[in-house]
Amino acid sequence: MATWTWFHRLASPPHVYRISGAFLPWLALFTALFIGYGFYGGLVLAPPDYQQKDAFRIIYVHAPSAWLSMLAYVTVAVAAAVGLIWRMKVAHAVAASAAPIGASFTFLALLTGSLWGKPMWGTWWTWDARLTSELILLFLYLGYLALRGAFDDRARADQASAVLAIVGVVNIPIIHFSVVWWNSLHQGSTVMKLARPSMPGSMLWPLLSSLLGFTLLFAALLCVRLRAEIIDRERTASWLRPIVGAA
Amino acid sequence: MSGARDPVSLPSAAARVFGRECRLGVRRVGELLQPVTFFLMVTTLFPLALSPEPSLMRNIAPGVVWVGALLSSLLSLEGLFRADLDDGTLEQLVLAGQPLAGLVAAKVLAHWLLVGVPLVLAAPLAASSLSVPAAALPVLMLGLALGTGVIVFVGAVGAALTLAGRRGSVLLSLLVLPLVMPVLIFGARATDEAVRGDSAAGGLWLLLAMLILAVTLAPLAVAAAVRICLE
Repeated sequence: MATWTWFHRLASPPHVYRISGAFLPWLALFTALFIGYGFYGGLVLAPPDYQQKDAFRIIYVHAPSAWLSMLAYVTVAVAAAVGLIWRMKVAHAVAASAAPIGASFTFLALLTGSLWGKPMWGTWWTWDARLTSELILLFLYLGYLALRGAFDDRARADQASAVLAIVGVVNIPIIHFSVVWWNSLHQGSTVMKLARPSMPGSMLWPLLSSLLGFTLLFAALLCVRLRAEIIDRERTASWLRPIVGAA
Repeated sequence: MSGARDPVSLPSAAARVFGRECRLGVRRVGELLQPVTFFLMVTTLFPLALSPEPSLMRNIAPGVVWVGALLSSLLSLEGLFRADLDDGTLEQLVLAGQPLAGLVAAKVLAHWLLVGVPLVLAAPLAASSLSVPAAALPVLMLGLALGTGVIVFVGAVGAALTLAGRRGSVLLSLLVLPLVMPVLIFGARATDEAVRGDSAAGGLWLLLAMLILAVTLAPLAVAAAVRICLE
């Protein structure tokens, strides 16, 4: 079917290398615009919170990082599944490129969460349900990356880590709800730090802009890493010679 | 032996794999007792490291017993497929003309029996020495029976995945520990509730639900991982 041509063409490394290169400047531009507005609106224009004062402003980094930590894992798992099912090497390259970015965002979410926790809870770390499931997510990423590193043969590393990513994505909801259940029994009520019932527009719009900007940043970083990954994997291919030679 | 052309049904093939595993396990009885010895040793560490005060022990006992059971069943998984890979049995399973997931499920089931049952039987000993009241022991044993099943089935995926890589005993734990944390949470909660005299049904039902999920889905992932290893 003709409508599927775009999908089949994604299996071709030169094609993906070209279109990711074409997307990259636009992604970078809109990333800068949305994050720029989000940070300026959130850090400068938005009024201080009446309870948390200026400390709430870390939400403009924390919430997008937490969102991306999950989006990146789902990206890895979906790319891994596509790679396993259709034997698409480019999909494995996407999974390999997305995982370190996701791990970095997970780490950033944990870091900003604990920075926020120090003035709010009076401690750097507390076994809050969200923080704990974010920590386990980081462990999942580290396990995935460790498994990838354990193989000398790249095709095997791709496939084995793909199975692990799929098993992990099935497990993430179970882990999340088990941690929430465990925590609610421990502490009675959880501090709902992000799900405040309402947020005035002056705080909300920069946050949404920041979320969108970080998502575009993820896409842009993914393009950069994917291009490097493709060059690495295809370094003996003839189509690459003029491109790498010219650069 | 029946003739080579007689078709063997999956249940009978799986039963043969199961029987072979059990026979091998029983003949290597020394190896079989290693995880349970390790379990008893780990639970002994805590009174030594903290203080043998009964009230403190009773508070931490559910966590200690569950962490010990989790670690010792993880350690036992390291060699789950290794010997079969080395002597070619694993290849024979792949070539057997039966659904590979069914055969590995039988193998993992046998491993659960060989590792889980000694742990379940040793748990009352460890728990009693940590001042757990006798009334809580049935919940602990039932929970461990269910929980080791989840750990063994999920861990088998990790054992099969690490088979083709460079040998590293820590890697398997790195992969499997985050995946089985819910087992620890529910199992230790259920035991804790039983120690305090509350109903532990919630945690046990959740363990059973996870066991059903693991038994149905994990063999598919194990089979995929074994194929990747042998490709």
